[in-house]
Amino acid sequence: MKNELICIVCPMGCRLKIEGTPEDPVISGNKCKRGIVYAKEELTNPTRMICSTVKIKGGIHKVVPVKTDRAIPEKYKFEVMKLINRVELTSPVKMGDIVLENIFDTGVNIVVTRNM
Amino acid sequence: MYDVAIIGAGVTGSAVARELSRFNLRVVVIDRENDVCCGTSKANSAIIHAGYDPEENTLMAKFNSEGNPMFDQLCRELDIPFKRIGSLVVAYDDEQIEHLEKLYRRGLNNKIQKMSILNQEELRKREPHINPEAKGALLAETAGIIDPMLLTISLIENAVMNGCDLKLNFAVTSIEKNSKSFKIRSKSESVEAEYVINAAGVFADRIHNMVSASDFRIKPRRGQYFLLDKCEGCMVNSVIFPCPDRMGKGTLVTPTVHGNLILGPSSDDLEDPEDLSTTPELLEKARNGAKKLIPEITTRNSIRTFAGMRAEPDTGDFIVREAPDTPRFFDAAGIKSPGLTAAPAIAEYMISLLEKAGLGMEMKKNFNPEIERKLFLERSGEEQEKLLKKNPLYGRIICRCENITEGDILDAIHRPVGAKTLDGVKRRCRPGMGRCQGGFCGPKVQEILARELDRPVEEIVLEKKNSYILTGKTK
Amino acid sequence: MEKSEYDVVVIGGGPAGLAAAVEARENGISRVLIIERDVEPGGILQQCIHNGFGLFEFSEELTGPEYAQKFINMARKDEIEIMLDTIVTSINSSKEITVMNTEGKKEILAKSVILAMGCRERTRGAISIPGERPAGVFTAGTAQRYINIEGYMVGKKVVILGSGDIGMIMARRIVLEGGEVKAVVARSSFPKGLTRNVVQCLDHYDIPLLLSHNIVEIKGKERVESVVIAETDMKKQVIPGTEKEYECDTVLLSVGLIPENELSKQAGIELDRKTGGPVVNESMETSVEGIFACGNVVHVHDLVDFVTAESRRAGKNAASYVRGEFKRNGDYVTFSTSGGLTYAVPHKFRYSNLPDKLDIFMRVDMVYNDSLIILENRGKEIARFRERHLTPGEMIKITVKKEMFEKTEGVININLVSEKESGNEK
Repeated sequence: MKNELICIVCPMGCRLKIEGTPEDPVISGNKCKRGIVYAKEELTNPTRMICSTVKIKGGIHKVVPVKTDRAIPEKYKFEVMKLINRVELTSPVKMGDIVLENIFDTGVNIVVTRNM
Repeated sequence: MYDVAIIGAGVTGSAVARELSRFNLRVVVIDRENDVCCGTSKANSAIIHAGYDPEENTLMAKFNSEGNPMFDQLCRELDIPFKRIGSLVVAYDDEQIEHLEKLYRRGLNNKIQKMSILNQEELRKREPHINPEAKGALLAETAGIIDPMLLTISLIENAVMNGCDLKLNFAVTSIEKNSKSFKIRSKSESVEAEYVINAAGVFADRIHNMVSASDFRIKPRRGQYFLLDKCEGCMVNSVIFPCPDRMGKGTLVTPTVHGNLILGPSSDDLEDPEDLSTTPELLEKARNGAKKLIPEITTRNSIRTFAGMRAEPDTGDFIVREAPDTPRFFDAAGIKSPGLTAAPAIAEYMISLLEKAGLGMEMKKNFNPEIERKLFLERSGEEQEKLLKKNPLYGRIICRCENITEGDILDAIHRPVGAKTLDGVKRRCRPGMGRCQGGFCGPKVQEILARELDRPVEEIVLEKKNSYILTGKTK
Repeated sequence: MEKSEYDVVVIGGGPAGLAAAVEARENGISRVLIIERDVEPGGILQQCIHNGFGLFEFSEELTGPEYAQKFINMARKDEIEIMLDTIVTSINSSKEITVMNTEGKKEILAKSVILAMGCRERTRGAISIPGERPAGVFTAGTAQRYINIEGYMVGKKVVILGSGDIGMIMARRIVLEGGEVKAVVARSSFPKGLTRNVVQCLDHYDIPLLLSHNIVEIKGKERVESVVIAETDMKKQVIPGTEKEYECDTVLLSVGLIPENELSKQAGIELDRKTGGPVVNESMETSVEGIFACGNVVHVHDLVDFVTAESRRAGKNAASYVRGEFKRNGDYVTFSTSGGLTYAVPHKFRYSNLPDKLDIFMRVDMVYNDSLIILENRGKEIARFRERHLTPGEMIKITVKKEMFEKTEGVININLVSEKESGNEK
């Protein structure tokens, strides 16, 4: 288990010290409560936002930006990319349009982040 | 079979090609690179020298003094910028002032006009930013600045326009001497010509030795430079030299014909003629040399640093002749400074050599010496309106730093000896020369090249054949 | 030549220009024009497809394009005219503007101008990295454009120079698109960008960060083949003997942004050498009457939310200028900075023109913990702010109430001191 983490919830970037076990961690070095929440999550179920692009036909550009609408478990980060790379959209699309629903059964969708 | 084959599409080879294209001859220019003007001609001080510097009775002196006056008409015909801003050799002590007098006398012997020695006051008046410790200078009013890439490209373009052939990506591996002709081979093709002109720059000795007994060696001499932003160009009014030293004319400071400032070269001798890397020590030396002349110079607004290789002949002079043991094979070798200035004069001389060697020269009736190459924003309002009607793409500015339009880029691609690479576009019409160094316009120029040449964007290269920019699509 | 007149002309349709234009429009100005050189508005945000934008402005974490889309929608709703694919070729202090696009040259006369041209990237040539000059050396922003807008990969094995945000963001982007990032290299001993990015972009993707290192040579005849990286000392000088060669095919440079002020120079506007942008007053007005400036063209920002706030101020004041409501009485009070604060924007103000609260933006030259920012005029303290953690990569914003500036004159010094030090003084 990692014994050090930098909290990224706010620009302070508190250096957290982690002791104990993943199920029952002892966290110190945080200047606010959010650090504890962040650390606990990072240790048990780290999640990430993935932002990338998807091929699109008939748009003003050849690719359109997309994102996961919520953070997904960290272990899927490259799998998500593989999924995204197989998609080809057709213009017009709108900000918020769902490209892929419920990926890896996480309840997270891939959505378009602009009109094109 | 060709009448004449010229090896090397630098300024020398291109100037000879243009002269030859006045005659009813089959001429081909061969070059190893992916574009013309990829050797010394693209990386030098860009100066048309007055001619006091070369020693009397040398070919350098002869061709310098003959070549210099030719540039007004030449640049008018080729429609390229040229400015006679004058040059100053600056002296800091009595010994150096004596040297100035020596150069002055040499200039007189070389028949150079409009020279004078300025005292400290006169020097300061002409160059307010000059080092206050400078005691005096040799002024030569006939010196000028030019864009050596535009010069070379325009020369070869005019030659091709008038019937000359051009073969690029042709690295000469061997030359076979036959009774009536030469067979010049590369890895994959060959060319046959009755007469051959060796204008191969830093490789001229290697080319020469393929058919003729070796009697000279080319020592590669690298020179490193800074190119400063346009706001710096106004600090200096003339080409400014220090007193010359063993390595040559020294680190100079000069405005460019486009309004930038060049500092350099700082030189070193190398074994490898292809080592064009810049080094921190010599860049520092260039910087210091420049600061000695103009103390306020700072490289904070440096746009680019680069290095050029000069072909230093071990004979100490140009080698322009028919090879003594090989009739119909001519060298135009060791063309170091003042090579740019000498090029048109060397070309004329080469014609006389060819004639003497028996080449029949019948003048073409329809030789056209003129090229048009003004950029959109250099034209009159009327011309601009006409161009815009013809093609609205002249209204879309692609290079924001230099205000170059898409129409200008299309011209650069579609004219004879047109651009096929990013650097090719840069050298012909400037996108990428400015302060953003292609950061903004690069992707757009690439797109335009791909569209016009009908190739995928990933195949467009920077300069050399394998200098790919992109590795593929993301998806 | 076609001639037209507008009340407010905004040069640049990125986040700064869009916010300024919308604000001018919503403050009663009818003829507002945005001139944008790209084929669509949104500016640099369109290629910043990562999230982290809008935390303050919208209380949401949005991606760049989403942030831009919100303002593009506002501009559309307000029926603001946008001239796309158009470049300003000249501007003078009389606010006469010449533009060019595929329809030709046009002359525009503006009652007031808002400069929002953003910035450009520092290049390899500007920092003189020695070595050969092969293909494969990109500034991070250009690489970002290729990948996120054009859809092309720039390389397979990448080394990134500079620990600014854009370098770190691109490191993650390249790894996600299947490339390898061998290292992010930086001369300084601390990262220049947000700590959040060090964690989210580098740590989470196992990308090594080599602080106190520099690229001393680029090698490659036609395409990049390798770089030589060496250690640097506290003064950022190379330590001889520490050179190591890293095989790679691409170098990305994230070595600084420079406000793009060529047009400002044309208009005769006074520039501040420290920021690289125009000297501006409390209303974001430059030294030329009626010409305002906002966003990265004034000083390089880290958070687009601050750009929006600043640009709204410019738009509001441009509107007030056009309506003839702009006050010009009173002498200027100027800010000076010390103690590690490198600059303050706005540079000066007139008391009569101050809003109820004045936002002052500053930066520090290195990391400072537990400090005090103290404003002082003629020996008297005006205000002080406690700052736990200050770093060069994060712009500082302090807000001072108008009343605090009453009776100030001449120069207000903004000084940074360590909390402990100041405690002893008192």
